[in-house]
Order: sequence, then C-alpha cells, then structure tokens
Amino acid sequence: MHHDGILAGGGHLTVHFLFATRDELFITIAKIAILLFIVLTVNAYLTWFERKVVAHIQSRWGPHRVGPHGLLQPLADGVKFFFKEDPTPAGVDKFVYFLAPLLALALALTSIAIIPFGPEPLHLFGHDIYLGIAPLDLNIGILALFAITALGVYGVALAGWASNSKYPLLGGLRSSAQMISYELALTLSVVGVLLMAGTFNLRDIINAQAPLAGHPDRGIIGWNIWPQILGFFCFFTAAVAETNRVPFDLPEAEQELVAGFNTEYASFKFAMFFIAEYTSMITISCLATIMFFGGWLSPFPVSWTLTHYLPSVILIPFGLWVVLDGFRYETVLGRVVLPAVGTVVTALGLGFIVFPHANAFIQAPFWFLSKVLLFLFVYVWMRGTLPRFRYDQLMALGWKLLLPLSIVNVALTSFLILAKMQWGAK
Amino acid sequence: MGCEMTEPLLVFFVLAALAVIGAVSLILQKHPIHSALSLIVVMVALAGLYLLMGAEFVAAVQIIVYGGAIMVLFVFVIMLLNAGAEERTSLSKMAGPPGLLLVAALAAFVAATIARSGASVQAAAETGALSSTRGISEMIFKDFVYPFELTSFLVLVAILGATVLAQREKS
Amino acid sequence: MVPTNYYVILSAILFGLGVFAFIFKRNVITIFMSIELMLNAVNLAFVAFSQALGKLDGQVFVLFVIVVAAAEAAVGLGIIILIARNRQTLNVERVDLLKL
Repeated sequence: MHHDGILAGGGHLTVHFLFATRDELFITIAKIAILLFIVLTVNAYLTWFERKVVAHIQSRWGPHRVGPHGLLQPLADGVKFFFKEDPTPAGVDKFVYFLAPLLALALALTSIAIIPFGPEPLHLFGHDIYLGIAPLDLNIGILALFAITALGVYGVALAGWASNSKYPLLGGLRSSAQMISYELALTLSVVGVLLMAGTFNLRDIINAQAPLAGHPDRGIIGWNIWPQILGFFCFFTAAVAETNRVPFDLPEAEQELVAGFNTEYASFKFAMFFIAEYTSMITISCLATIMFFGGWLSPFPVSWTLTHYLPSVILIPFGLWVVLDGFRYETVLGRVVLPAVGTVVTALGLGFIVFPHANAFIQAPFWFLSKVLLFLFVYVWMRGTLPRFRYDQLMALGWKLLLPLSIVNVALTSFLILAKMQWGAK
Repeated sequence: MGCEMTEPLLVFFVLAALAVIGAVSLILQKHPIHSALSLIVVMVALAGLYLLMGAEFVAAVQIIVYGGAIMVLFVFVIMLLNAGAEERTSLSKMAGPPGLLLVAALAAFVAATIARSGASVQAAAETGALSSTRGISEMIFKDFVYPFELTSFLVLVAILGATVLAQREKS
Repeated sequence: MVPTNYYVILSAILFGLGVFAFIFKRNVITIFMSIELMLNAVNLAFVAFSQALGKLDGQVFVLFVIVVAAAEAAVGLGIIILIARNRQTLNVERVDLLKL
C-alpha cells in the first residue's frame, strides 16, 4: 500500500505528514541525500560506460590507462573540471548566464525524485522506508515529470541567448525548438499507457502490468510493450530527441555549430549541462521501463521460483571474475582493491541465496536496474552507430511523422478499450 | 482570523511571498527577459499554491502549458526581436505615482470586500472522495463539452492566425 | 487549513500589481506579460473558491482560461512581431500614428 502523497482533498495533508514527526523529515532528507549521491555516481560511470562501448563499437579500447579498465577515468575528468579555468565572456547577461546551467541541472535532478524504485518498503528502526521519495508519490506522477521536462527548455534557450555570441544563439534556438516539437509527441505517446492503466500514478501503472487474479503467471506477457508497441517507438524516439542525443544532436554536435548552446560555457558550468543531459537520459530510461516494460516486475512468471535466484546467479560469477582479473595488474589498485570489490560482490550473491528475506527484497530493484541499464546501453549503442539527422529532417520527423503516429495510437487504444468494454459487458 | 501558524500556513506564506516578489520584480526589471523570468517564478509559485490546495491536475497543467509553452513563446519572441533594455520616458514617469495610488486603492477595495464577508467563505471540508483528474475530465466531457469544442476551434483559429501574421512579405 | 480569504487577498494583490505593470511599463512585450499576470491572479481566485465550495467547476474554468490565454498569447505575439518589423520599435509610445 503506497503513500498517497498528494491526496485529492488537499496538499496540506502532505505538509502535515512531512513536518509532523521529526523522523519523517529526517528520513526524507536522508533519502534525498543518498539518491543524489547515487545519481551523480551513476552519471560519472555512465560517461565511462559510454566511452568504453562506443570505443569497442569502433574497434578500439577506450579509456584503459587510468585505473584498471579505465575505471578511474571519471574521477580524472572530475578533477580536470575542478582545476580548469572558468572564464566568463564579455558582454554576457551575468544573471541569466549563471542561471541557465543551474536551472538545467536542478530540473534534471528533481525529476529523479518522482521515480519509484521498488514496491516494498525497508523496515528499519521501526519505520517503513519506501524506495522512492515517499511524500512525492504523486497521484499525477507522470504529469509532474512532463512538467519538469517542459521547464527544461529554458536551460537551453537561456544558455544560448545569454552567451552573447551567434553560434550559441543559433544552437540554443534550434535546440529549444527541437525540444518543444518533440515534447508534444512525447506526451501524446504515453496516453495509450495511461488509458490502459487508468491513472497517472507510476506505481499503479506498474501494478497494472502485474500478474492478475485471472492470469497469475503473466510475466513478460503482461507488459505494456505488446499492446503499445507503436506508443513505445514514438516515446523512445521522442525521448532521444528531447534529451538531444544522437541521432538528434545536431544543435550541440561539435562538427556542426561549434558545440551549439554550450560553446561559451567552460569547465564547471559545462559539467553541469553535461550532468543534466545524462541525468535526463537516466530519467527517460526509468520512465520507459516503468511504462512499457513492467518496471520492477520480473519477465518470468512468479511461479517459476528458480528464477528468483537470478541476482545471485549473475553476481557470483561476476564477483569471481573481478577477483581473478585483479591479479593481472601490478598496481595497488589492481592487486588489492579489485579482489576486495570482487569478494564483496560474491559475498552479496551468496548472501542472497542464504537469506530468503533479502532475496525477496532485492528482486524488484534488481529487475528495475537491469532494465534501466538495458535502455542506457541502447542509448549508447545508437550513439556509436547512427549518423545524425539534418535539422529540417529532424523537425519534419517530429511534426509530420511522430505527432500523427501518436495521435493514431491514442485513437486506436481508446477505440480498442471501448470495444473490449462493450464485448465484456455482453 | 484565529488560526495558529500551522505548517500549511507557513508553506502558503512562503509561496505567496515568492509570487509577490516575482510580480514586483516584473515591474522593477529593466530588461524584458528578466521580467519574463520573474513571471515564470510567479507561475511556478502559483502552481505550488494549487498543489497546496489539492488541485493537482490544474497545477500540472499550469506548469506544462503556462510555464512550459506560453512563457517559452514569450522568451523566444524577446530573443528573436532582440529586445533591449527599456527606456524611461517622461510620460511613464508621470504615470507612476497616480497609477500606484489607483492600483493600491483597487487592491485594497477588493481585499476589504472579501475580508468583510469573511465568515461565509471559510474553507470547507476536503472532498477527498473524487480524484481531481477524474472529476475534471467527467465535467469537461459531460457538462462542458460545448465550451470544450469551442475552445479547440479557438485554438485552431489562433494557430492559423499566428502563422499568417508571422510570415514574411513575399515581395 | 489555510483560510480561503488569504488566497483571494493574494489574488487581489497580484491582480493589482498586474494592472500597475500594465500602466507603468513601456515595452509592449512586458505589457503583454502583465496581462498574463492578471489572468494568473484570476485563476488563483477560481481555484481558491473551487476548494472552498468543494466543487470542481472552478478548476474546469481555470483550464479554459489557460487555453484561451495560450491562444491569445500566440496571436498577440504575432501582432507584436509585426509591430516590431514595421515600426522598428518596441516602445508603445512610439506607435502613435493614429494619434491626433
């Protein structure tokens, strides 16, 4: 039973709940801090992941000198960002110039707060700690996410304008026009899912794809991807365009407009835009998982209890491989830290076999995270293989193809739901 | 008003102060882009107030449509027209004090009228039964279906009008 | 619970500030933005009364106001672009060809 954060009667109940006991406030702040830390770390290693995968697609190694397998590369990049000179060009509107990256980053990080990561709460110290920032378990979950995406256009538009230079201005205008155009297709493509689930709430959308009383063994068959395949393709294409990724990254590509709207931004402010872009990638992957791929539901039917040991089956060999791999290196990091990490991972895998409570708890986050990782891999895969669209092709695709397709999807879905209701009634 | 400082009241005052500061900033800023940013702050504060009142769907629509589309239109036009900082002319300096007086009188009159009829418009009990979105959609498509269709037609006319207006002369 | 009067007084204050901005400012885009501020103040009053009376009519009306404001903003900004192109100025005092 989830918290109804914002009830239909008044938001003041949420405020009461949050401030009434000091414990709830403290738990929420702790959750926010931990989630921020996790998201920023995942961002850093997402850049490593991207460089490695794109490199292997292009038959080269990628970062492999800084730390074993190049794993310390994000750290080195962070240090570089810290020490690089951070100039402010002459003639810029100082307030807007500093506001734009801040806005982009704040909005991207806020959208992560709305996503639920697991159905069941942790029971610690007598409190139920839900995975996901509980008072924000909104009845309008998906709509709030779209609201935050809609505000994200400002980061790009203001950055382009504030830089007081023609390439950023053009890049900013093009990029924001692209984001606005694809926002329509993005919002309409999920309406099919919302019609089937009957709610905006993200947890309820996942539960609508769960095994039903009549079909207890649904598994992968119950996911929204099958009835909503058209909606999924519209959503994913629009999402890639919305986050300004390949093949829709003309406004910020280096060969095109001298890096577009972030030309005049150096080191730390550029890092903020960078983090905002990768965080929105993660948010979109989480959204696609929740709405079309069953969120934290396992693809196997619940009655196949052997599949419950899949986390351990993956973690134990991986941990052993990390341990053995550590012995190849001659540095301290390779010889000592890698085997330590490997041992921890193997112990975790064994722990899940030994303790059934922990195993039951970890199922949902495990499936959720693996599906999100799959989507991130698809993002990076597209970057390594696809060429980019020209700007007029890009806008034509958004307005003339995706928008009509999304509308057709909505019409078709509602027609079929109505037909099912009529036949069911007979 | 005999109510103690509960937490919702505190949140209300914070959001109300934010809205008023945004509106005052809209007046005081010299460059239109800063005025636009202040107006966005006002709209987000108002969306927060709608959430506080429990009108969650309206809050989301306010941010998506007003804050994410209409204000983006304003910002685009300001950027495209390269609007510079405003100039202060003698006429506007003359209009300042009388305008202030007039507006203060108007606001005071409205506020006094409302406050005097205070007892009848206190907050009613929550209607937690009907979800906001479901209730609104039922009303729009059952009771207000004609205004709904008319406004869709209005939006179509506006799109056509704006497209025609913004075209360049073909001469 | 926040009394409804507080919301309505805030709405009156915002509306007054919108009227003042309309009178005082000279840039046509800022004047247009003050109209949006006034519409927002009115929306706040609608939602406040909708909560007070326990009916959803106010919120439905707010949706219509937002849609009409969007249509008005689109056409109004088109007109403003034309004014800027033809008169090369955004100052309302300079657009006075019809003045006696």
